[in-house]
Amino acid sequence: MNDIVPAASLIPADAPFPKAAKVALGMPQLRKNLAHATGTIRAKRAKVAGELDDWEQLRDTAAAVKAGVQRRLPELAMRFEERATAAGAVVHWARDAAEANAIAARLVREAGAEEVVKVKSMATQEIELNEHFAAEGLRAFETDLAELIVQLAEDKPSHILVPAIHYNRTEIRDIFDQRMGDAPAGLTDDPAALAEAARLHLRRRFLSATVAVSGANFAIAETGSLVVVESEGNGRMCLTMPETLISIVGIEKLLPETADLEVFMQLLPRSSTGERMNPYTSVWTGVREGDGPRHVHVILLDNGRTNVLADEVGRQALSCIRCSACLNVCPVYERTGGHAYGHVYPGPIGAILAPQLEPGRHDDLPYASSLCGACYEVCPVKIDIPEVLVHLRQQGPHAAGERAAMGAAEAVMARPRLWRTALRAARLGSMPWRRKGFVRRMPWPASKWTVSRDLPVPPKESFRDWWKERER
Amino acid sequence: MERVALFITCVNDALFPETPKAVVTVLERLGYEVDFPAAQTCCGQMHANSGYKDDATRLARAFDDVFGGYDAIVTPSGSCAAMARDQYPHLTGSGIGRRVHELSEFLVDVAGVEDVGAHFPHTVTYHPTCHGTRALGLGDKPLRLLRAVGGIDLVGLPAADQCCGFGGTFALKNSEVSSAMLADKCANAAATGAEYLAAADNSCLTHIGGGVSRSGGPRPIHYAEILASTA
Repeated sequence: MNDIVPAASLIPADAPFPKAAKVALGMPQLRKNLAHATGTIRAKRAKVAGELDDWEQLRDTAAAVKAGVQRRLPELAMRFEERATAAGAVVHWARDAAEANAIAARLVREAGAEEVVKVKSMATQEIELNEHFAAEGLRAFETDLAELIVQLAEDKPSHILVPAIHYNRTEIRDIFDQRMGDAPAGLTDDPAALAEAARLHLRRRFLSATVAVSGANFAIAETGSLVVVESEGNGRMCLTMPETLISIVGIEKLLPETADLEVFMQLLPRSSTGERMNPYTSVWTGVREGDGPRHVHVILLDNGRTNVLADEVGRQALSCIRCSACLNVCPVYERTGGHAYGHVYPGPIGAILAPQLEPGRHDDLPYASSLCGACYEVCPVKIDIPEVLVHLRQQGPHAAGERAAMGAAEAVMARPRLWRTALRAARLGSMPWRRKGFVRRMPWPASKWTVSRDLPVPPKESFRDWWKERER
Repeated sequence: MERVALFITCVNDALFPETPKAVVTVLERLGYEVDFPAAQTCCGQMHANSGYKDDATRLARAFDDVFGGYDAIVTPSGSCAAMARDQYPHLTGSGIGRRVHELSEFLVDVAGVEDVGAHFPHTVTYHPTCHGTRALGLGDKPLRLLRAVGGIDLVGLPAADQCCGFGGTFALKNSEVSSAMLADKCANAAATGAEYLAAADNSCLTHIGGGVSRSGGPRPIHYAEILASTA
């Protein structure tokens, strides 16, 4: 039995990405777990997405619907408030994380509770609701299996959909055994046994909770309804059993009409878990007498989103439906995992969302990509992630040394005669290495290249010389 | 005789003269007249993708000045062609990218040939480079050209669609992640047992070649050089 060491505690969250990534790269079990899990989901996604011959039309439609939402956001948010209120919900507006947390904590106290059960929600991770509740003397219990694992391990999520993707089942057995309190004796790492232990543990929570906190996958402006898409049924328990339900919803989750779900419900399960259909989809509209919670609150969350909306190129990041397909195909994410990104949204989508939601922080993240484009290829709402990465690089600050080097390169390349002279100088200067054909060691910063790759040597005769000779 | 302009790219200008020579050989074999505008330098991709928009814009303008008079511009680089096509409209508003063809696009789509009369009796594995495949949408065009080469033995590359980890300045800024990606690419390349690893971009091949030079494996070669070969 091993001691529980939360992965997030080993990877410095505030360090620049290259440094944090280096630590993650040096964790063989983490890399093995990640490669196995991302590889499995990747293959499942490719198979079920490939089954639909109108997949590309669905993507185009989803992108168009989301772009429309971004153009009409104020109008749709007001309509949602009006319809949800008419149906008996109370709608709150939160400018930032502090406001959302304060409203949620107040509502829990007003309900006379000190504990809440939670549906898996990225919005609440983003605003660090659990941490805020703890500081206020309230307790939030995660009920999604993977979120439960992460919470018990006192770790942080490392993936949007599969927050415990960095653990294998043996590690999960150890976490349950040492941290769950009511784990059965002699618990094995058999997945069914682990699920049963979690089920029994969570059942007690569901039966005693009077308040639940959720996010939402979609908010329908036409009806004031919220939608939660999930796999385990824990969400359905939280959404129906407690007396009070508090849902924290980013304003970008709005959709104009119920009919829009037709498109997104085909795209989301296939892109996220690689399933044709998810097991549980819950839709609720305000309060219904004798059915479900009697107090329904919706906190509409901005937290930087309207700032993102102001950027015509960057705003497409707000189309994200949190499916994680981009994480699973990303060669960088696959090797570093989520903690290295130092933000609740890791991977390619995090690399364009984090620096926009928190301007001035995470300026290193747009560079955490080789621009290979695998993310754009799978994105169900067609966010051109490479385009936004390049756009953000062009907005962000540059180190003085690099700025000077790039400027010098441009100055030479913009002057054909100077360029030819520079190439000639490189051919002459590299003569000592010509026989060997490559250079193995270079001083910094070129050492960043030669650390793992040999560098080719310029040729004796350039194409230009050859061409000139031929023309003669 | 139809005239086409050759954009050799700065990487080939500095390091790999055999690739543009091969492009000239293939195009002339098919009856095209090739022009090499000597004032050409760089498409500006490194500057644009590293976040230096103003520098990239100046280089994009210079590209327009040099190549503006040609109806067809052929280049042996998927990423440089993608740069002109995808980014120039945003940088300078120039539509010249529509006239810039990566070699396989020109041969298959414009010239309408797949068999260019080459002979290359070796085992070759093919790495579809990211920008060529995803940004430009080359599909299997380079492979169709390679399949028509006499004597060639094409072998599949495991996890071929995975990036080699180059990514321009990514290889320096995130050297460790890049190196981890490269190690996997080199291992997959070596597992093929091929003599050569072909691709549509010498920048990616410099990266893979730099790794293979240490770990062992197939020799990197631009596919244009295979198409030029008649040995």
